[in-house]
Amino acid sequence: MIPSKREFNQALKMRHGEALHARFSAAVIAVCGLGGLGSNIAVSLARAGVGKLILIDFDQVDVSNLHRQQYKASQIGLDKTQALSQNLLEISPYIELETHTARIIDEDDVRRLLSSADIICEAFDQPEAKSMLTNAVLELLPDKYLIAASGMAGLGSANTIQTRRITSHFYLCGDRFSDVKDEPGLMAPRVALCASHQALMALRILANEFDA
Amino acid sequence: MVKINGTSLEIAGTSLADYLDTAGYDCARIAVERNGAIVPKSQYEVTILADGDTLEVVSFVGGG
Repeated sequence: MIPSKREFNQALKMRHGEALHARFSAAVIAVCGLGGLGSNIAVSLARAGVGKLILIDFDQVDVSNLHRQQYKASQIGLDKTQALSQNLLEISPYIELETHTARIIDEDDVRRLLSSADIICEAFDQPEAKSMLTNAVLELLPDKYLIAASGMAGLGSANTIQTRRITSHFYLCGDRFSDVKDEPGLMAPRVALCASHQALMALRILANEFDA
Repeated sequence: MVKINGTSLEIAGTSLADYLDTAGYDCARIAVERNGAIVPKSQYEVTILADGDTLEVVSFVGGG
């Protein structure tokens, strides 16, 4: 039996307090890329009671994703936007989700898809896409907070994953150096660590805690 | 002196584009912060580094 919306909100208020719950539940956060980073970011934010997520990915769930991404074998072949929506609604049935099964290629896409977000999480895997999104958001949407990630491949120490504040509205998570092309793949806990840095920074911003 | 990623360099008067080229950065994979603001990629050529500037070049690597 799934609890009512009121019961969910009451539980979150008990855990987080009225003031934080109000901030989290009023927030709109965009997650760009729903792979190892983005699927984990979205799960954390849904659990925290963030009111609305904008989920963007062009890809479908593949067997090669299951070692680190928040999908199930039964979801192979589904659009990641659809599969993640199913999983998030099982966790948090009253969250509002806006999905776009699309690539973010240029500045028009950035304006069209991200203008309604308060905070934008960059969770792509290709460095060129990370750079494009970072530059476009910071140039075109300067009032948004951008939380990007770089460097989480391999088996390096968990303690090298950090959050750094690069400008007033630009945070960078990761170890900055561990490139997937040089490392033995992507490990679930290390990618999830980086995703948790991003999700936590988003919640900190909502709580008016702006230091990294 | 111009401070880039924590290192002081004698490159005042150089354009940002020339510095990035000399230092071997791939412009398709970076974002550049200068004195607290992002430098648009369209401004790399015309941005002349000045004494006292502090820059951070973020170079993205793959994986996510």
